Amino acid sequence: MNKKAISLTVNGRVREALVPPRMLLSDFIRHELELPGTHVGCEHGVCGSCNVVVDGKAVRSCLMFAVQANGTEITTVEGYDTAEGLHPIQQAFWEEHGLQCGFCTPGMLAAAKELLAANPDPGDDEIREAISGNLCRCTGYEFIINAIRSAAKAMREAEIQKTLQPA
Amino acid sequence: MKSHLDTNVIPPSRQREAPRAGLTWIGQSIKRVEDPRILTGNGGYIDDFKVPGMAHAAMVSSPHAHARIVSIDTSRAKALPGVIGVYTGEDLASVVDPCPSFASPPIPQTAIAVGKVRHVGEVVAAVVAEDRYIAEDAAELVEVEWEVLPANVDIEASAAATGDALLHPDDRESNVALDESFNFGPVEEDFAAADHIIKRRLRWHRSSAQAIETCGVVAQFDPYKGGYTIHCNSNFYNFIPFVIGGSLRVSPGEMRIVPKLAGGSFGSKVFSHKIIILTAGLARLAGVPVKYIEDRLEHFTNSDSHGSDRLYDAELAVDKDGTFKSLRFTVLDDYGAYLQFGVGTHGNAMAQVTGPYTIGSFGMRVKAVLTNKCQQGPYRGFGSEVTNWLMERMVDAAANELGQDPLALREQNMIKPDAFPYMIPTGNIYDSGNFQKVLAEAKQMFDLDGWREKAKKMRAEGRCVGVGVATCMERSVYGPTEWWSLNNKETPGFTLTSTPESISVHFDPSGKLFVTLHSPMVGNSPETVVTQILAERLTVAPEDIVFNYSDSQSGFNGVGPQGSRFTAMIAGACVSASIKLEERLKRFGAHMLQRRPEDVELRNGMVAVKGLKDQEKSFGEIALTSSFFRLSFPDGEEFDSGLETTAVYDHPLSTDPDEDRKHLGIFYPIVGHICHIVAVEVDPGTGKVEMLDYAAVHDNGTIVNPRTLAGQVWGGTANGIGTTLSEQFHYNSDGQFTNPNFAEFAMPTANEMPRNFKLGHVETPSPFTEYGIKGGGEGGRLGAPSALTSAIEDALSDHGVKITSLPVTPPVLRGLIRDAEQMAAG
Ligand code: FES
Ligand code: FES
Repeated sequence: MNKKAISLTVNGRVREALVPPRMLLSDFIRHELELPGTHVGCEHGVCGSCNVVVDGKAVRSCLMFAVQANGTEITTVEGYDTAEGLHPIQQAFWEEHGLQCGFCTPGMLAAAKELLAANPDPGDDEIREAISGNLCRCTGYEFIINAIRSAAKAMREAEIQKTLQPA
Repeated sequence: MKSHLDTNVIPPSRQREAPRAGLTWIGQSIKRVEDPRILTGNGGYIDDFKVPGMAHAAMVSSPHAHARIVSIDTSRAKALPGVIGVYTGEDLASVVDPCPSFASPPIPQTAIAVGKVRHVGEVVAAVVAEDRYIAEDAAELVEVEWEVLPANVDIEASAAATGDALLHPDDRESNVALDESFNFGPVEEDFAAADHIIKRRLRWHRSSAQAIETCGVVAQFDPYKGGYTIHCNSNFYNFIPFVIGGSLRVSPGEMRIVPKLAGGSFGSKVFSHKIIILTAGLARLAGVPVKYIEDRLEHFTNSDSHGSDRLYDAELAVDKDGTFKSLRFTVLDDYGAYLQFGVGTHGNAMAQVTGPYTIGSFGMRVKAVLTNKCQQGPYRGFGSEVTNWLMERMVDAAANELGQDPLALREQNMIKPDAFPYMIPTGNIYDSGNFQKVLAEAKQMFDLDGWREKAKKMRAEGRCVGVGVATCMERSVYGPTEWWSLNNKETPGFTLTSTPESISVHFDPSGKLFVTLHSPMVGNSPETVVTQILAERLTVAPEDIVFNYSDSQSGFNGVGPQGSRFTAMIAGACVSASIKLEERLKRFGAHMLQRRPEDVELRNGMVAVKGLKDQEKSFGEIALTSSFFRLSFPDGEEFDSGLETTAVYDHPLSTDPDEDRKHLGIFYPIVGHICHIVAVEVDPGTGKVEMLDYAAVHDNGTIVNPRTLAGQVWGGTANGIGTTLSEQFHYNSDGQFTNPNFAEFAMPTANEMPRNFKLGHVETPSPFTEYGIKGGGEGGRLGAPSALTSAIEDALSDHGVKITSLPVTPPVLRGLIRDAEQMAAG
């Protein structure tokens, strides 16, 4: 099969590769880039555990070919935390027990990230709606909702702190 | 009068750590120690793992429910570039024997079908190729010629099938694999003497756990040593070598099974021996390491983990004052095409079949029926979720027929708090409990009286609103006799009686406590609970505890998370290990402090002289000295081995079944209690159910970590809601499984969960386990279906709808409403 050259930015790093046109983005991320944090639960676009953030939007990487990601900017769960530690959403998932087996978690984090970028103060129903495309079989969702609510609060407070700091 | 239970003696408690107030770490909602690595994408699941030279497998699956394999042509598949090998059932049989079976006599099953297939999705050939894409291309090129046989889909029809419709004509003359009857106590007499006999035909349909991660294996064969290295996400890795050694033709010690973090199990990854045998056999045949990860379709159709699928004819004998006398039923269970665990799911249900009620006798006829479906395996509740529902349905039915209040009837028949340990007719005991307290707490939390008023008003406005209460048992800490106690006495099978759990611990020279677990993590919190218990018992700081998982060659006895056993069992192992380690810490520490061991104690990570403030040595100092300065201690082997130990804990309390099965012994005695109360509104036009309010109160004894327990309850409740309202596997008359995907098998999303979920806990500590801990992994699914069903029936009581079958999806409920309306209209 003729391979295609692609170039994209993943977690801030430019990645170039030759890929078969039919290779799924999820397989490319997991097995070619060796970033195993993106999980595959169904490969038919329902469970959301393969969600990654592509150009700011949470996208099902099992429904996209790697070639379609040419030129995009992607963030996977490996790209969330910083030198200072966990991303506030990850931290909130930890504190609020938003994960059990953790298999759905990267997808949930991506959904939460997209939501909070657009809406820093979502109500519970908005949070519910935002993760309603992600299946979790462990938690019953309640603690995930709590986690996203508390992440939103922490991120808002961090923003306020930032504006208060002298330039 | 002599009772059938007279020979069932309760052994004394072996509890060493009494439940008590004022514990430091047990009872705290500490953050899970497992989480940071998982949250950053480094959990280490099976599909994240690879080895050099690894090839990938894809399966050719049967499109037929029941068919003879006339021929298989693999030539085109083999010719595809990148394909390493294509293997049929006969090929696999050259290196692998049939799968193990707990059924007795066994029903043979091979990892790749030989001669015929018995369900859609059964593997008929496997491809090993350089990558999964090529393997799947090649699988498409395998050509199979079939001779289609009659498919058995319906339980009752299959039980009566003959001729070509028999699934295993060489081994069984009927599709009924097992048919056994039991009477525990004077069932006949109790029924003859009862004023009322309540009868119901109840149906529980098939679904399964569907963890978001499927099962997978990476297997390597070493032709020189003749052994296997197998990475997998089984729940059960230190036990599985003994189960599959025979199939793989190697001794258990010649296998190294390495656990990977499992992305959820809920029973579905208990054993998972077939996929291990399959992948291992392929690695041996292909001569390269092989990875095989089920895709979602394969997990639905071939993972051997379908849940209960039962038809009950049940009877409850009741006196006119409402006293329950006896329960009996005949149950047909659709086990699918094989019978890997025998009727263990019914053995399990015998632990609490009479619920929280005083019922003097119990009788059962169980028929295990084979059909052309993927076989059953465990799913959260392991059979007891169905009998809980049955019991609660029968109580509601009795209340209805006797014109009594369902809650008052429950309270009247509930076991009283002073009656524990309480022996039920099957011989299992309930170690402790206070069901009345749980109920009172739930009523208050839910505001039951207020809600009843509210519901009345809403009904007066024409709305279909109802309230349901369920009071159910949650047995925990299983003993393995449940797997075989219902087998025919002449063919008892493998009569296993031990399911131990163990732990290995040592202080390294820096003073860190290194813990090796011998059971995997599947989404439970093994490292967190062990941290809390060891920190409690040894006064170690939680951040100084470090975790590792053994493999099956470096490991020791472990059975893993299942049957709500792990926390109570590992607590036992932690206490045993702590006792040994404390002794050593004191021996070394006392010597360093120039005291006698009896004069020192453990205090905040120190060995300290009793009654003195600053005469102490930290565990770190002791570990360092004992590791690097052996000559500082006296000669003698008691100072040789340093600060390490391995401890095994078998079971807090179990006894064998009576030889004549007059009773089944004590096998699942650490019982929790659950009360779920829910208010629902049904839209009679669409059959859609909305949960308006929900309260769940669970008693799981002493709680190690309230938040992780709450997570289990929530998750289990979500599973129970799915079971009740939306989840069902559908088969057409040809045996085609018509909804094996996440789009059509409707598991609850965040939108389907109740908005006002209130969770409460009562703590009645067990007198038998360490600290009084009870298991709590299954309760949500053991309670939610009963409460929800009851609430829906209440909401539709004006329509005269009776619910005798689950799930009640909107179309099903709409159908019931329509039927009831037509009946009423004459
Ligand atoms: S794996 Fe992509 S949606 Fe399930
Ligand atoms: S945490 Fe296991 S699937 Fe969500």
